[in-house]
Amino acid sequence: MAEEVKLFRTWSSPFALRVVWALQLKGIQYETVLEDVAKKSDVLRGYNPVYKKVPVLLHNGRPISESLIILEYVDETWKQHSLLPQDPHARAMARFWAKFGDDKVMQSIWTAFVSEGKEQEAALAEASEHLQKLEEELRGKKFFGGDNIGYLDIALGWLANLVRVFEEISGLRVLDGERFPLLFAWLKEFSDAPVIRDCWPSHDKLITKFIALRQLHGAQSSST
Amino acid sequence: MDGVKLHAFWASPFSARVIWALKIKGIPFEHIEEDLPNKSALLLQYNPVHKKIPVLVHGPRPVCESMVIVEYLEETWPQHPLLPTDPHKRAVARFWVKFIEDKSPNVWMVYRTVGEEQEKARRDSSEMLSILEEHGPNKGKKFFGGDSINIVDIAFGGVALWMGAMEEVSGCKMFDAAKLPRLNAWIANFKSSPVIAENLPDRGKLCDHLARLREKRLSSSTSK
Repeated sequence: MAEEVKLFRTWSSPFALRVVWALQLKGIQYETVLEDVAKKSDVLRGYNPVYKKVPVLLHNGRPISESLIILEYVDETWKQHSLLPQDPHARAMARFWAKFGDDKVMQSIWTAFVSEGKEQEAALAEASEHLQKLEEELRGKKFFGGDNIGYLDIALGWLANLVRVFEEISGLRVLDGERFPLLFAWLKEFSDAPVIRDCWPSHDKLITKFIALRQLHGAQSSST
Repeated sequence: MDGVKLHAFWASPFSARVIWALKIKGIPFEHIEEDLPNKSALLLQYNPVHKKIPVLVHGPRPVCESMVIVEYLEETWPQHPLLPTDPHKRAVARFWVKFIEDKSPNVWMVYRTVGEEQEKARRDSSEMLSILEEHGPNKGKKFFGGDSINIVDIAFGGVALWMGAMEEVSGCKMFDAAKLPRLNAWIANFKSSPVIAENLPDRGKLCDHLARLREKRLSSSTSK
């Protein structure tokens, strides 16, 4: 049976980008189905009835949702270029830090980006604390995965382009080389790595998108 | 094989999840009861990021976050599997674990808050339950894992079996048994499973503890 792999994504979703990287790193042939976030297709809603979101990976007709879960599925199904380490404790640590990245790092950086005044100050301070923990995790390593890009690099990869976009729009200093030399170096190594570097969405388009999102958020939170 | 220790707290649904997984797999372990207002130096050393229980320590190495620990146990001790072998079925199970993790904080919020904030949390909790009722992978089966308890049962058990106590203490109803017949049946099945029944906190003691904590929290948030 010919293998059918389809990825439902949007042009900008950092979560879908994780799956793109994983598929490309493993050299898996797949078809992209581009979704419009404002008008999601019935097909997507059918495959992800709970969240109705991208990414959804369709493998031989069976859908998988949630980017980190898709990464684990891809790793278990196609064994070349392993994403997760073999050792169970190392795997647990990778999962722990990926969860930390989504729950704490992303949350605090996003809050800093869309808020103002004291709320923004507090969010920035929190983000710095969290980034410091990631900085320590990189000690002695080129990538979070060691010598090669792995699951955790992919999970944290959104830092490599979105933080620059947020900093440019807001003028905030979030992830600088002075305070976070290892993370800063990692951002460059990761961004420029083969496969990764060919997949970044347009920087200009992202700037436009996030200026609009920030304004929308500001308008929503200031109206009572 | 290295010894296993679990830093736990009797009233925590998160440490209960890990205990259930350990008991189901028949893994001998040392239970170290933490006094949460006075966390041990060892706990803080093993979980410097979140400073929380549960923490599993296998030999010299700690693992944190309840569901990350359960996956670690699954990979290290394969007997009495908590995940299926088929990668797609594993992805579906992990999806529901993540769904429960993402939505269940609303249940704790019902217990922690009052007024409008509580009402919103109640609505969101009810929505989580409705989605599980409609889409959950336990249709026509005793457990989410089929005939035996799996990782989804363990994840949801830590929420469902604490919900009643939280409803009682907060006076706010989340679980409408008439509207959730499948989940209602699941609760009865799960609670009556010997491993679970033998490893639940005493309901009266739990309610007293939660009531005390709730009062303390609400009075400290209103005092200036």
